[in-house]
Amino acid sequence: MTGTLVLAVYVFVLAAFLGYELLTKVPPMLHTPLMSGANAMSGVAVIGALILAGTTTGVAATVFATSAVALATANVVGGFMVTDRMLSSFTVKRERA
Amino acid sequence: MNAEELVLVAYLVPVALFVIGLKRLSKVRTARRGNFMLAAGVMLAVVITLVEMGVVDYTWILVGLAVGATVGAVIVLWASATSMPQVVARFNGFGGAAAALIGMSLFWDAVVDRDAGTTPLAALGALESVALAVSVVIGAVTFSGSLLAEVKLWGRLSRLTRIPGRAPLLVASSVLTAAAAVAGLLLADVRWAALSMVGLLVFSLLAGFFAVAPVGGADMPVMISLLNSVSGIAVAASGFAIGNTMLIMGGIIVGAAGLMLTQIMCVAMNRTLLSVFAGGLGDGGSSDGGSDTYENVVSSDPEEAAMVLEVARSVVIVPGYGLAAARAQQAAADLAGVLAAQGVEVRFAIHPVAGRMPGHMNVVLAEADVPYDRLVEMDRINSDFPNVDVVIVVGANDVVNPAANEATGSPIAGMPILDVENARRVMVIKRSLSPGYAGIKNELFERDHCTMLFGDAKQVLDDLTRELKANVPV
Repeated sequence: MTGTLVLAVYVFVLAAFLGYELLTKVPPMLHTPLMSGANAMSGVAVIGALILAGTTTGVAATVFATSAVALATANVVGGFMVTDRMLSSFTVKRERA
Repeated sequence: MNAEELVLVAYLVPVALFVIGLKRLSKVRTARRGNFMLAAGVMLAVVITLVEMGVVDYTWILVGLAVGATVGAVIVLWASATSMPQVVARFNGFGGAAAALIGMSLFWDAVVDRDAGTTPLAALGALESVALAVSVVIGAVTFSGSLLAEVKLWGRLSRLTRIPGRAPLLVASSVLTAAAAVAGLLLADVRWAALSMVGLLVFSLLAGFFAVAPVGGADMPVMISLLNSVSGIAVAASGFAIGNTMLIMGGIIVGAAGLMLTQIMCVAMNRTLLSVFAGGLGDGGSSDGGSDTYENVVSSDPEEAAMVLEVARSVVIVPGYGLAAARAQQAAADLAGVLAAQGVEVRFAIHPVAGRMPGHMNVVLAEADVPYDRLVEMDRINSDFPNVDVVIVVGANDVVNPAANEATGSPIAGMPILDVENARRVMVIKRSLSPGYAGIKNELFERDHCTMLFGDAKQVLDDLTRELKANVPV
């Protein structure tokens, strides 16, 4: 194993702990928005797709990468929009209450 | 510091935004800002990556970004508040598909197109190739699983809980997936290796389908949350395969936080992850859950019901998926408004999984501007039901089914419910006596103090409001 790889594994394990400890108590009304927001965040995969779409030359690889860019972007854009839509209904109501 | 190190340092900013954003998203007061921070984090990560890549052929990048952004935005703008859970499931599937396609693209780029004559394992490196296979498998499972979840949430395949021979089929597709992964990484002939990768994709899709097929009832949100968590792991795996730290960190944070959220949701509805997988709901319900026919059901009409409501002092409205489906949130809000104007204490009791997902009813009622302080969560209202004069159940079924407290053999046994039967009177607005999502009978409807108001939820609520208004001398 190279040094970079060991570091990557370190990052992986520490980030796993961080993510696991991040959420403790979540009110039920936020379960769905939180799931939706975290899901949109996993659309960060788009950068992996970008790297491939920009560098690869083969036809099949380009098709796969471009589809991945589109799907991941839809995940990010739509995911954050739908989360905000759910949350906006809560906050508007709060201000009036 | 060279350019590569600079990028690695710059990636820390989006990671920080992810951590703080998720934390804020889990608190009601800061949730919206938290969501913005997450979005900013992804945006920043994309910008950093594009800057790092320098001048490349942007054609396909721009095509992908434009198409994806348009599709994503259009889906959200077209969706109604009622169908939010389905939309979340669909986007989750998109994310999984992206992870799987990244793996496929990398395989074609680094193995098939180069055709170096070695095994893919040697061409990619041990950890990278395993990570690639993992990202394809989990990504594909997430995709097919999420899409099936969406279809089930629409209610079109809710009976698809027992496919004959499902367990062997799941095992078979899993074994074939593993075999295809081994073949895809070890075959030196690129054509066979490529074919194996296609097989890997197909078998993984099938495995995802069979894994989600038995999940039903109120368990679907947990399943989607779990799929969301594993899609994060798929992203992290593709990060290892490509050698991108941002993907590793972002992916695993989603994976771990998603797992925690799944656990929190399981606790909220008194289920274990294992029982969700086993698809406890829908198994054996009709055999030992008593007869499916109803006796002594009392039905009434809005006029009579309005007279009961006139003398009530405390009313609790229990909304369910039927309210959302009939788009009756405004009608319910109007009824609550009229009652409140007459000095009645009106509250909405929100079951954690009422509707199709936790928080679904909050979203729907918020759309109708129901004041926040009128929504009461299950734990706080259950002890108060004996003091409630009238409970109006609107399009809810399983979440008020007393079988959850009584019949041990019932598929929903142990699920926490709203104890509406303790109230003095219960009115149930429902289209028919058909079973709810869990597919079982509800004995509440036979109780002496329970009255059925058959009809479209919106129509009945509007009628109630009109009767109440008509009977009150202005």
